[in-house]
Amino acid sequence: MNEVNHFRRVALIWLVSSVILTPIVVLAAQGIPPGDGTVQAAGQTTDNGVLLGLSTPVALAVVVFFIYSLIVFRERDAAAVLDGPPVRGHAGVQLWWIVTTTTIVLFLAGYGTVRMLTDGAGGGQGPNPIAKPTSSAAALPVQVIAQQWKFTFRFPTYGGVETNHLEIPANRLIAFHVTSLDVIHSFWAYQLGVKADANPGVDNIAYVQTKNPLTFNIHCAELCGVWHGYMFDTGAVVSGPQFASWIAQQRARFAPATKLLPPYAKQYFPDPQHRGG
Amino acid sequence: MSATGKRLVGVAICAVVVCVLIGLYIGLYLTTSPGDASAAGVTGSNGTNLYLATVAASELSDPHPSWVSYYAVDAKDQNWHHATTFELPANSLVHVTIYQFDGQSGLRNPFIAQATGIIGGTFGLNGKPTVAIGPDTASHIFAIPQMGVSVPLYGVPDDAKNPCDNAPCPLSTDHETITFTFRTPGKGLYRWQCFVPCAAGSIQGFGGPMQTVGYMDGFIKVV
Repeated sequence: MNEVNHFRRVALIWLVSSVILTPIVVLAAQGIPPGDGTVQAAGQTTDNGVLLGLSTPVALAVVVFFIYSLIVFRERDAAAVLDGPPVRGHAGVQLWWIVTTTTIVLFLAGYGTVRMLTDGAGGGQGPNPIAKPTSSAAALPVQVIAQQWKFTFRFPTYGGVETNHLEIPANRLIAFHVTSLDVIHSFWAYQLGVKADANPGVDNIAYVQTKNPLTFNIHCAELCGVWHGYMFDTGAVVSGPQFASWIAQQRARFAPATKLLPPYAKQYFPDPQHRGG
Repeated sequence: MSATGKRLVGVAICAVVVCVLIGLYIGLYLTTSPGDASAAGVTGSNGTNLYLATVAASELSDPHPSWVSYYAVDAKDQNWHHATTFELPANSLVHVTIYQFDGQSGLRNPFIAQATGIIGGTFGLNGKPTVAIGPDTASHIFAIPQMGVSVPLYGVPDDAKNPCDNAPCPLSTDHETITFTFRTPGKGLYRWQCFVPCAAGSIQGFGGPMQTVGYMDGFIKVV
């Protein structure tokens, strides 16, 4: 009777399960956030698919071998349990494992770097971004000002008006300038694919290319005090004419406050308060 | 039952008990409304009146007598009640009067020197209709972010002749009176807070009473 070739069996099961499950996982990844609300969000969704697609066969190799071992190598006769033969290395398997996983990791490192350098991938890049999208000079600047515990938004190209809520035009490159007036916050609008830390005294720039109109959530993603959990809002990507109408309304509504604001700056260092502690 | 079986049953029972306790903890946390120390607005035919006071320091018997705080009071600034959870009726007008006894701290963001979310867009400052105040003259903010309500409270000038140090403060001491009206939304629990870094002695003025419900933060129970 021929001895069973367990390695071949496991490899076959792994191959079949990988061929079936990997496309399913990649397809399913397209349905999970952040979606395709912006170019950056769509890019992140694609990246999630690539990551999951590559990691699925690796995970399956571990899971398949684990389950196979539980079933095939299980000793059903408790009385027969003896110390097994010593486990020895297998140079061929080890070599393949190291080469394969190293190749995957290096590929992902290169892939991620290229993706990030294309347009910043929606992340905060600090005051001097190295991954500027093309036509970044024409981006609409929107300053995100965080404080305990709310976000406000300032539009330097619209008279420096500051608003309580955020609306931005569709099909437009937006340059978010994220800063804070007190502690560290984080501006996270996941449907836009943007997440950037808000540090006092720092102009943290993140680029987002909007697509069609949509509603998005804004959260603080950095534990910032007792009301951190309430530091959220709803924003909207609207059509160009709608944005023009909205920003005009905001300029009229907040005209008294605009007169009190300091000149627009990349960051603010508030004067020491009378009782600032 | 074998010894192994008994052990397994014991572990399973312990696991179930732990899971139930965790579930109870989370459930109670999510369903418990805050604060026994609450004050209800006085409802009349024309809406509900809510009277509040702000002071530089709590009463001397308070656990934190040096902490700045809001108080619930009555229409004549009597019956001071250390509460920052206020019960108000849903979908109705609320007329707020705040007796403001504290000094000027200044805003970190001048934008919120303008009142928002109130009926008519103006508030009364000692009877005078006002849209915004000088950012440096603000003592506190009364803001309910979920309702869009934000009103700056003008501070007692530094050269005041008869300031009040600790609660309760009589109207004979220097103070400002701020009045405004807003409309409550549907039933729910809403938080309110001050946005001025007014917590003397804490880092950046935003510790201590600014991060403690019962002083410069609280809830609006809309019922």
